[in-house]
Amino acid sequence: MKKLTGLITTVAMATGLFASAAAAEDVRIALVVKALGIGFFEAAAKGAEEAASELGDVEIIYTGPTDTTAEGQIEVINSLIAQNVDAIAVSANDTDALVPTLKKAMQRGITVISWDSGVAEDGRQAHLNPSSNALIGNMIVKLAADHLPDGGDVAVLSATTTSTNQNIWIEEMTKVLPNYPGINVVGTVYGDDLADKSYREAQGLMQSYPDLDAIIAPTSVGIVAAAQAVADAGKIGEVNVTGLGLPSEMAGAIESGASKSFAIWNPIDLGYSATMIAYNLATEKATAEPGASIPMGRMGELTLDETNSGAMADPFVYDSSNIEDFKSIF
Amino acid sequence: MTMVDHIKTRVIPDRLTTPAERILKSWEALLLLVAIGIFILNSFASPYFLNAWNLSDATFNFTEKAMIAFAMALLIIAGEIDLSVASIIALASTVMGLVMQAGFGTPVIVLAGLVTGLMCGVFNGVLVTRFNLPSIVVTIGTMSLFRGLSYIVLGDGAFRGYPSDFAWFGQGYAFWVISVEMVIFALLAVIYGVILHKTNFGRAVYAVGNNATAAMFSGIRVGRVKLTLFMLTGLMSGLAAVCLTSRLGSTRPSIASGMELEVVTMVVLGGVNILGGSGTIPGVVIAAFVMGLVTFGLGLLNVPGIVMSIFIGALLIGVIALPRLFAKLKGGK
Repeated sequence: MKKLTGLITTVAMATGLFASAAAAEDVRIALVVKALGIGFFEAAAKGAEEAASELGDVEIIYTGPTDTTAEGQIEVINSLIAQNVDAIAVSANDTDALVPTLKKAMQRGITVISWDSGVAEDGRQAHLNPSSNALIGNMIVKLAADHLPDGGDVAVLSATTTSTNQNIWIEEMTKVLPNYPGINVVGTVYGDDLADKSYREAQGLMQSYPDLDAIIAPTSVGIVAAAQAVADAGKIGEVNVTGLGLPSEMAGAIESGASKSFAIWNPIDLGYSATMIAYNLATEKATAEPGASIPMGRMGELTLDETNSGAMADPFVYDSSNIEDFKSIF
Repeated sequence: MTMVDHIKTRVIPDRLTTPAERILKSWEALLLLVAIGIFILNSFASPYFLNAWNLSDATFNFTEKAMIAFAMALLIIAGEIDLSVASIIALASTVMGLVMQAGFGTPVIVLAGLVTGLMCGVFNGVLVTRFNLPSIVVTIGTMSLFRGLSYIVLGDGAFRGYPSDFAWFGQGYAFWVISVEMVIFALLAVIYGVILHKTNFGRAVYAVGNNATAAMFSGIRVGRVKLTLFMLTGLMSGLAAVCLTSRLGSTRPSIASGMELEVVTMVVLGGVNILGGSGTIPGVVIAAFVMGLVTFGLGLLNVPGIVMSIFIGALLIGVIALPRLFAKLKGGK
């Protein structure tokens, strides 16, 4: 019998360790991420805590499965439903598989929103996109134009010819091009999101257009490869590489000067905004319906479209002034 | 007192321990105590634990895995293993999606899932028994094969739009808080318990696992027993695919990824010898509850998943190692 008591005591101690006292009156908002231990989401949790301390009466439950599986997220969401949290803000591993569980959450009066990676419309009340195609299209050309006050030749290094996202962004960029007089897009090449092919395509661009001033790569693979190609060709200072990239991968290019700046969403702002929206919906300070505006604290307001989703902001610009802070995050 | 009286009282026992004593000292009793302990601790640790609906939700954490675990227990007792079960779910779910897209209704969709599972089991079983290949190698191979086929069909897409009556399997309730999945789980527990503990086939499973050669010479058709068990495991994976697909309402090729290890963990925690030859169905049933209660209880306290995995790992090692350790200490005295 002794061994049994021993075992039970161990279990008791282990379980006791995790017991935490929760203040009952607080608005409890669960930030459910794709998986724990990912820098991007840890940063989002930081933003959520920032929003919570600004709001005061909010308790953040930052949680998620160990692996990026829909089944794992469902288990997590089930336990959140059981705790009767006030709101669930989820970055989904699967657009469809979470819907039945999230519907159940909403039936029990829990506010459900998705952010970053959305769930299908009937599984959430609102969806927060980090940015919009139009904002991204504008941002990538603006990044190039900001460093070319007298205009110049720029080329686009994209992913594949069939990449839906990249094609839409380039299309949106073309739409706003008249707003940037003097900026001349000389060509678009495709690196297929492969490091070596993107590198060769970037080399090719510099040979075909000797007066090239900037390469815009709206892909995290292409932008790194292009920066490397520029550095290897000794054209740092002549050709500026910009577009969409990850701070951790681009830190070197920013330091060497191959890239003056680039953009991507800021996960801290994203977690902050998701929390603000969840709070305002849960406390009925705002309603989720097409055309509605939901306040997001320092990030302004989210305007919902006909699918109840909205865009947070322009992509966040990273340059030598802030790259140090973000390169360890994601 | 006469000599005769004295002799009369000396009875030679049939067995050294009484059945009651044997049950009390069994693995299942230890595990049941752990389960009860966890249940009590959970009800103290979280105010949300003792709620019929919440507990009902919690059962979904283990019902699908347990369906496979029953068949897997028999397979492991017979000295084999099937690591492709989660991939069978992916393939069965994909086939169900294709059938759904072709316009068939729920009965055909369910049948397609079950038949796909069964066929995968036949494939594994034939490779192992006909070609005499080690099951761990065969099923590591088919683990990639089955899921690979699913990826070829779906890529990064998904099947959605299953008929609404199909949702009954994974989201429906038989009565009050007892879910359909829970009823299936309970029925299977009884069926597998009877098969393993009350039939000739069950005895054959133990015999094959303890000594396949001896079993063969006693007239047991070893290959057929193993093939049957692989088919059962495949069929159960197909059934789990029906339930899981119904619960998720959609199919993606990544469905149920990593589930094979959780199934094997459940079986081993249930006291089944991973080397074959021993184990019981009641043990697996209790292990299913232990795993379900632990993950749900820790989930209520918002313990991160990784800590939960560590906890399950520690529980597994603890429950398996402690009795052996104590037995050794006792023996050493």
